[in-house]
This record gives sequence, C-alpha cells and structure tokens, in this order.
Amino acid sequence: MQDERPLDPSRRNFFKSGAAAVTLTLAPGVTVMAFGGTAASAQGADAGKRWGLLIDVNKCSKDCEACVTACKDENGWEGKGKAEQNAQWIRKVTLKDKSTGRESSLPVMCQHCEQPPCVDVCPTGASFKRKDGIVLVDKHICIGCRYCMMACPFKARSFVHEPVNNQKTFAPRGKGTVESCTLCVHRIDAGRIPACVEACDATGNGAMTFGDLNDPESEISKALTAYPSVALRDDLDLNPGVRYANL
Amino acid sequence: MRLILAILLVVNFAISAVAEEHPDYGPEIPSATGEPHPQGNEFMRKFHMDLLSHDRDLTMYEGIRDTDASLKSCFDCHAVTDQATGNPVTYEDERNFCRVCHDYAAVRVDCFMCHRSTPEGFNEPALLKSRLLGPDDGLDDALFTELAAFVANLE
Amino acid sequence: MERTIYREIKATQGVWTLGIILLGLVGLAGLSVLYVEHYGHAVTGMNNQIVWGLPHVFAIFLIVAASGALNVASMASVFNNKAYKPLSRLSGILAISLLVGGLLVLVLDLGRPDRLLIAMTTFNFTSIFTWNVLLYTGFIGVVALYLWVQMDRSVHPKFTKPAGILAFVWRLVLTTGTGSIFGWLVARPGYDAAVMAPLFISMSFALGLAVFILVLMALFAMDGRELGEAILKRMTNLLAIFIAVVLYFTAVQHLTNLYAAEHAGIERFILSQGGIYTTLFWGVQIVIGALLPMALIFGGTPGSVSARAGLASVLVIIGGFAQLYVIVVGGQAYPLDTFPGYEVTSSFFDGEIASYTPSVYELALGVGGVAVALIATGLATKVLRILPTNLADKNLEG
Repeated sequence: MQDERPLDPSRRNFFKSGAAAVTLTLAPGVTVMAFGGTAASAQGADAGKRWGLLIDVNKCSKDCEACVTACKDENGWEGKGKAEQNAQWIRKVTLKDKSTGRESSLPVMCQHCEQPPCVDVCPTGASFKRKDGIVLVDKHICIGCRYCMMACPFKARSFVHEPVNNQKTFAPRGKGTVESCTLCVHRIDAGRIPACVEACDATGNGAMTFGDLNDPESEISKALTAYPSVALRDDLDLNPGVRYANL
Repeated sequence: MRLILAILLVVNFAISAVAEEHPDYGPEIPSATGEPHPQGNEFMRKFHMDLLSHDRDLTMYEGIRDTDASLKSCFDCHAVTDQATGNPVTYEDERNFCRVCHDYAAVRVDCFMCHRSTPEGFNEPALLKSRLLGPDDGLDDALFTELAAFVANLE
Repeated sequence: MERTIYREIKATQGVWTLGIILLGLVGLAGLSVLYVEHYGHAVTGMNNQIVWGLPHVFAIFLIVAASGALNVASMASVFNNKAYKPLSRLSGILAISLLVGGLLVLVLDLGRPDRLLIAMTTFNFTSIFTWNVLLYTGFIGVVALYLWVQMDRSVHPKFTKPAGILAFVWRLVLTTGTGSIFGWLVARPGYDAAVMAPLFISMSFALGLAVFILVLMALFAMDGRELGEAILKRMTNLLAIFIAVVLYFTAVQHLTNLYAAEHAGIERFILSQGGIYTTLFWGVQIVIGALLPMALIFGGTPGSVSARAGLASVLVIIGGFAQLYVIVVGGQAYPLDTFPGYEVTSSFFDGEIASYTPSVYELALGVGGVAVALIATGLATKVLRILPTNLADKNLEG
C-alpha cells in the first residue's frame, strides 16, 4: 500500500528540477510522468535574488490611484462590504508634514521585510518568506488568528471577512484567512513586473521601480546607490524590500 | 493490525466488485474533454489530491508554475457546462465535477473556500446566500435569517 | 478542630437551575459561532483595524484568571499557608476549567476554527502563540497531575509540594507568555513593553482570586455549607494586596510610556482623550475596579464580611474586564505610527482612531466561554470530592 503513494514533498526538487520530461516508476504498473516547461520558468524562485521596489514620492501624484486600481484588477480583491472590513492590499496614503505643512502622497503595501514580524508571530508558519524575499501567506494552513495583523507595523495585511468566489486563478483568497500584497509573485515567476509598477509606468509618472536588490547592475540597485532613500519604520531594523525616495 | 488491514482490503475489493457489477450504484461521473490521464482514471480517482497538494507546494514555496496538477488544469477538461446557459457550473451546483463524487462519498472539499471552481476567464455569479459555507455545511439560511431578525429586534 | 473532609455537592434545585441557565448560555454561544462562521467575520464588529475584539477580551480574561485561580493552591503547598489547604482542590479544578473556557472562546473566534488540528500540529517556534499552545495544554496536564497527587490517597503527601512548585512555576511562565503576546509586538505603540508580562501576572493574581472567592461563596451557599469569615478575610486581604500590585504595574506601564516623547500620543489617547477608553481606564479600571474594592476590604463597612468580599470580587472582575478592553481594543484603536512627524490620511483609515462596536454574537461567544468554565467547575464539584464540608472559623488552621 505504502509504495503506491505517488509523491511526497521531499521529492519535490527531484520531481520538477529539470526541463526534460521526468518519469517516475513508483510501483509496478504505476508510472507518473512530469513534463517540464522552459528552463526559465521551471526554475521558480531564485534564492540568489531579493526582489524589491523603490518608490519615488516626488513622482507620485496625489490624485493618482493607478497602482491601487491595477492591483485590484490583477488580484481581484475589490471589497463589497463595509469599508472597515474590506481588504486593502495596497493603498494610497497622503502625508502632511506637521511642522512645514508640505503634502506628499505615496502607495503603501506589504514591505516584504527581510525580518518580517508577521512570519515571526505566525503560530502555524502559514506566514512565510519565499527564498527570493517575497512574504506570502500559505492559505492552506492559515487558521485566521490575525496575530500577523497585530504584528505588522505597516497595516499591510487584511483579513477576509466575507465569503468569496470568482477569484483569479493565481490569487486564491477566501473567508477566514489573512492576505496581503504578493508582489505579484505569479508575474515575477513568469518574468514580468508587478501590476502596480506596470500601471504606474503607463501613467507616465514612473514613480515605481521594481528589481533585484541583490544585483548591483539592476536599475533599482543603481538608483538606490545614487539617491537617498528610506525604509518605513527603519527604527525597527526589519530591512524592508520596499524603499521610498524623496520622502 | 495486519488482520484489520486484511479485512479492510477484502471489504474494499468487495465494494469495488459490487460497484463494477452495478454501475448505477455509483455517482454518475460527467465526461471530460481533452486527452485522458496517462496514469489512468483509477489512479487519478485515488491520488488526485496527493498530486494537487504536492504541486501546490511546488508553486507556492518554489515558484514553479508549470506543474501538471493544478485546479486550473482540472477545470480545463473537467468543467461541467449547464446546457441551459452554456456556462460552466460552480461548486455551488451539485453537477460540478468535484461535487458529483464528493457528495456521493460525503467528503467535504475545502479547496473552493479560496479557489475558483470554474475555468479561468469565466465570471462566476455571486454566491447564493444559503451556500456560503459550501453546499454541504448543512446550515439553513432560514434559521439564521430568523436569528438575525431576533437580534435586530433586541437591539 | 475537625478533620477536613471533602464531599461532592448535592444536586439541589438551585444547582439544577443554574446548570440549565448556563447550558442555555452555551447554546447561545454555539449558535453565534455557527452564525459567524457561516457569514464570516463580516457580521461581527471586528474589522481590519480592530482585528481582535470582545472575544479576545473574554478569552484573555479567562486565561489570565485561570492561572491566578491556581494561586490559592500555591499558597498552601508552595508557601505552606495551611489555612488554604482545604481549598487547593477547588483551586486546581477552577484553574483548568477557566483555561478551557478561555481557549474555547479563542479557538471559536478563529477565521478557520475547522483547522484547529493544524494549530495543534504545525508549529512555528519563533511565535509566542505556538509556545502558548504548548504552555496552555501543558498547564492542564501539570494541574491535573497536581490534583491527582493531592486527591489520591495512595500517593504520599510529600509529593504535594514538588507538584505544587511545578504548577506554580508553570503558571508564572504561562502568564508571561500571555502577556508577551502583547509585550513582544514591536509594531504598536500601545504594546511593545516588557512590563506587559509582569502586569499580566499581577492581573492574574487579582482576577484569579476574585473569581475564586465568588465561585467558592456560590458553591458553599448553594450546598448549605458553612463558610467562615476568617478565611474570607484572609482572602480579601490578599486580594487587596494583589489589586495594589496591579495598580503599581499599571503605573509603571504608563509612566514609562509618558517619559518617552514618541509614546506621548498613545498615552494622551488612553489617559485623557480616548473617549470610551479613557472612561474605562479611570472610571472602571481604576476607581470601580481598584480603589473601591480596596476601600471595601480595608474600610470594614458597610455590610457583613461575606457581602463585602463578594462585592469587592465582583468589582475587581469588572475592573479587570475594563483593563483588558483598554489594552486589547484601545491599543489597536490608536493608529500605527508608520510615518512619525506626519499627519496621515488614506482610504484605509491610516492616522485615524479606529472604531469598534462589538456585536451581540461576540458577546454571546464570550459569555459562553464563561458558562463553560462554570459548568465544568460545577460538574467537577458534583462528581468529585473537591469541596471541604466545613470552613467554619473554628476549623481554620494556621
């Protein structure tokens, strides 16, 4: 009976490691076949990378909501209930300097910390950091305790208060579990940029730069070396993957 | 322990033998489109969840997205179309592919609390009120409507 | 001086009536849980700003009171205070019952209570929640062992003290864990303070003893057993000391925050401009929940000792609820300080005081947890030899 079990997670890497077709013989008469796709997409998350965002607050226009709308459309989290209970993966925040009165506007989403408090406090390990630095929720083991929401300094997480259907295939979400910005992980895995960045570029503002923080040649790394930038709540030393310039 | 296993095995065989002789005893499985599974239907019936759980972890933790087993690929071939509307039926409809067997076996499917239950691109209609927890939650909306009305009176 | 004899309580009409009322409350809680799980947390007052609400206030109250209820037993077997010896068994039973009631509320308010098994089997050891799962279940085991050592005549009495010490240390660690749920939250200005752990321990002393006094008085009254004034006086004097300790740690908590300019905002909110939270803090927690019961205990008038003991305990419990409400809900109502030095506005309530109106379902769930704890205690005293037959003054030792 035992040998008949087709797969176990420890075989994961072996099973899907290459681009070629892999055939596994598990028991006499039982064969599982797995077909790899292109080498690039089969590779998946790369531990050598650390994905990040740089947001230039000067270029972010106060009335523009393009990133928020794009995220809603892409990931399908538009809420229809009470405003306080609706999910908000990304939001536009307006800041007014208390001493000078200067106003600025910027988007806030999951900051994809290197030391994420939400991952530390999660009792089941549902809140996790992918090896390329993206912080996600495994909704299969999330019990909906909301401790991560208590622990997040950025209010980046939302609890799904109502039953949901008609989700996007790549953005499953459901009642009783917690969710947040995924940095459009499904797009990153396909070699594309997050929907918010794409939408921001399309408006011509170009306030958002996406890229690999570990690669000194990437656009984002060059910009970070050239201009001053800050992390939100840098007093907490969480080393977020999202940075803000001209704040 | 072995004895129990042996007994279970015999019972299992007996049941499948009966099921084969009387196909009308079992659920009426909707026919699918596309190529049949190379592993065969028996294999898929038994292990589809193992395949799905395995590949979902690959996708979620490793970012490998061109896996064989995914709910999306299930519905590529296994969507059941409503003849009247021409639309695929959601998990709320008892004709849904997953439900046909799962209702029969009385095994609750948890997938569709978070995942869509129709092929990508189809706009699923709003949830029916009485089916919020899934069609098999056994909870009657009327009870709750009354309860809510009672509470509203109190407040 | 009689020998202490433990006997089951009789099934009087009063016991039956109370039992049926409590079962009714449990039933209402069950309905509420089904309702909330059916429609989602959308039907509760909780939201994405106030993520923990009234159920958590009830749950934490019960869990904190559970560890405190064990103190009576600790007084006897750890600190050799013989007067408390006849009360040790009830102390242990009440501790387990309150904890079970609290955990039930906590678990049934989860977004996915059907995944309890995952919470019990999938651990992340950097989470204080995970440690609490182990500490809470361990507590039940350790207290059960402690009760067994006390109640089984074949076990030599010399084991009582080590078992008592183990249970006492465990409960201190447990309450430290509960306080650290808040104390270790670096993100929020209302929490993130080491003093949360000792504050919660002091609260457990006061709340646990107050609940114990009330339960003891109710059980003795229902069964017509004699409860002397001397033991009540001892317990209320101890309660007054515990109230003072809670006041001390509360003062330390707020004074420390007041000293740091960055925390001035949250302190101004809680202490002076927080509306309901300010009222609850000064009016209920400090005046009704601390000063008034201390005056009742030390003032010596009016009414009988037992009337004052009962009233003081009720007031301490009300004050404890207010204190936890201010900590849990008030701490979340004050906005996160993500952008120091800026006025913040957004479509997601950044920079705003969050509003929360608990729904009747949350209340029913919390009350149901209390009812479960009381039923369990009552049932235990009905079927096991928990309660001493006579606690009259002449029977008091030490």
